[in-house]
Amino acid sequence: MKKRWFILFAVLLAAVLALSACSQKSTYECTDPYGCINIGPNDPIKMGVAVVLSGPNESLGVDEVGGVEIAVDDFTAANKDWLGKHTIQVVKEDAQCSAEGGQTAAQKLAADKSIVGVIGTACSSAGEPASKILSDAHIVMISPSNTAPSLTDPQTHAECYLRTAHNDKVQGKAVAEFAYNVLGARTMATIHDGSPYAEQLQQVACDVFTQLGGQCVAQEAINVGDTDMRPVLTKIAASKPDVLYYPIFIQEGALITQQAKEVPGLENTVLMGSDGMISPDFVKAAGAAAEGMYLSGPAAVDDQNFNKKYEAKYGQEPPSAFHLHAYDATMMLLDAIKKVAVVDKDGTIHIPRKALCEALFSTKDFKGLTGTLTCNEYGDCADPKINIYQIQDGKYVPVWPQK
Amino acid sequence: MIAKLKRYLERLTFVDIVVQLFGWAILLVAIIGVIGSLHNSYYTKEQWMDFVVFGISQGGVYALIALGYTLVYGILFMINFAHGDIFMAGAFTGYFLAAKLDAYGFYNTHPIISLLLVMLLAMATSVVVALITERVAYRPLRRAPRLVPLITAIGASFTIEYTFRGFYGSGVEAYPELAIVAGKTTVLGVRILKVHLLVIVVSILMMAGLYFYVQYTKAGKAMRAVAEDKDVAALMGVDVDRVIVNTFILGAALAGVAGVLYALIFKQVHFFMGFIPGIKAFTAAVVGGIGNVPGAMLGGFFLGIFESLGPGLILEGLGIPASYQLKDVIAFTLLVVVLIFRPTGILGERLSEEKV
Repeated sequence: MKKRWFILFAVLLAAVLALSACSQKSTYECTDPYGCINIGPNDPIKMGVAVVLSGPNESLGVDEVGGVEIAVDDFTAANKDWLGKHTIQVVKEDAQCSAEGGQTAAQKLAADKSIVGVIGTACSSAGEPASKILSDAHIVMISPSNTAPSLTDPQTHAECYLRTAHNDKVQGKAVAEFAYNVLGARTMATIHDGSPYAEQLQQVACDVFTQLGGQCVAQEAINVGDTDMRPVLTKIAASKPDVLYYPIFIQEGALITQQAKEVPGLENTVLMGSDGMISPDFVKAAGAAAEGMYLSGPAAVDDQNFNKKYEAKYGQEPPSAFHLHAYDATMMLLDAIKKVAVVDKDGTIHIPRKALCEALFSTKDFKGLTGTLTCNEYGDCADPKINIYQIQDGKYVPVWPQK
Repeated sequence: MIAKLKRYLERLTFVDIVVQLFGWAILLVAIIGVIGSLHNSYYTKEQWMDFVVFGISQGGVYALIALGYTLVYGILFMINFAHGDIFMAGAFTGYFLAAKLDAYGFYNTHPIISLLLVMLLAMATSVVVALITERVAYRPLRRAPRLVPLITAIGASFTIEYTFRGFYGSGVEAYPELAIVAGKTTVLGVRILKVHLLVIVVSILMMAGLYFYVQYTKAGKAMRAVAEDKDVAALMGVDVDRVIVNTFILGAALAGVAGVLYALIFKQVHFFMGFIPGIKAFTAAVVGGIGNVPGAMLGGFFLGIFESLGPGLILEGLGIPASYQLKDVIAFTLLVVVLIFRPTGILGERLSEEKV
């Protein structure tokens, strides 16, 4: 019996010695308070993508995955020497368009200690829990399309969260100004679906509209998954608003668009939506009823070069409005990694986590495809330009601001 | 009479009293809400009527699905949770035919034939899916404890949903609009969307047909016999398996029609569309008294009207903002209240407890 214990002890001792010998081989010593990611000489650099990959809003996520993958290709091509034997691996998770989805995806990614950073999420509802979980795990997260003001609010902002999408304080203001000044509307009604994106965006629009001198006559809400919108529309029709603004998502948005045409009292009401519904899928779902409706969204940067790459890789045009934001987010992340990473003689890459986070927050005058990006202390990096589009013959045509 | 009351009071436990009080409290709040709303007179009379009409047409669809739940429960004492997805299967397949007919222009030149074709295809698909489910997931478990088929039903539900997702993708497809039912009309001085009128008429016809089938045909008689006692019915020469298959066919055919009607109203289909109507129809079946055919019809209409009218009529009067987000709360509170005062549902039979 004693002999056995001795053997076990000896084996353990040998193991400990062997391990310490291994670590001695490296000349790098990690001093980062959040720890470092060590990528072996032949291992890939792993980054996560957590966007919506199923359900009615799938096109939004597919669009962004394309942006990320093209950025990875471009970065790899331009940094062959620095990467050496390393490749960049993209780990995809479905964060859906809900708080539960965001939580699951973020927890899965946070459990993988070799993930350097995460691009995502697509929806603000998924972004709220995901930003907290990833920041607690000291993983940086850059969202290409979260727009809810609360995510970069000084009070509620998660430590290592940034975004390349506009803040809805800007978008809501644009909607209100367009409705008041261009459409000449004086009364507005809104519908949201309880998601942080829709609820906060309609609130900003209403606040600005009221400041301009208009009146918000009704602020209603529906549930995700509701189909019969006629009762709530009948209620809104009782106040005969000039503009009905519903910044929600494709499925429910399409139902409201169709049913608003059938509810008496809304014949002269102009319909408006926002970037959650900018997708060919929306036009397909809403059909002819969508014709003439206005939607706000990020300014169309018609990047032919990017579109060509996208079509060559996926055989279709980018299906939504945030592929360039995803591209910029990925480029920002990879640039920052390159800046803070320490490469050992044997090819091992060490990435200090806190330094990476700080490097991203100090991004200044970054030349991206969506404009020149500069991050503030709460993670807003966008160079926000909002357009109002009108659906004409099934296409999104920018109508405001005029060029 | 007094003796009866005394016995009743003796049997009353503490929990009963609390539950009853809870029920009365909900009713009281509802009444306050109604008075408040009527006092505000925010809506015109036409708008109140609109709410009722929306509710009836929505209720018609609920009722058709609820019948499927109730028929199967009446015979097998099993909740077929895959029923909502059988409804989806019909609507989705109907969509493909409708879209094809629309593409060739046949849809609007021969609307009635098209509609019949689409409905037949939807019914056929729903029936096939239901029969496969019954054969694969339920029949092997006929003698198993009652919880077991319940769990397989949930499994079957996911299987159907994700099979359709695999085949047709997860996007929302737009159902082509039928020109003859576009726009409004007036019936008995009430304005109504033509599509709602169609839905109400078709669902009432289907229900009447079902009622006659169950009450006045031989097959219907066999069905009622099996519902009353499977073993005795078998001794009397009724082929029980056949009756069960018949029941599934009936329920699925009604769900197929409901699927097409639903798609006509909402002009959208997607793979997850059966989930919420399925749950609502189940609620309707329980409210009406599960296992009871007229009960499911009544429950469906009741729930539809309540959902449409409730937020405006009750919640608004209580000063709750954005009341339509709480539509589902109304529906399920209705279920709770009905179950407190009538545990077997509005038309529920005491018999069903003895049968179990």
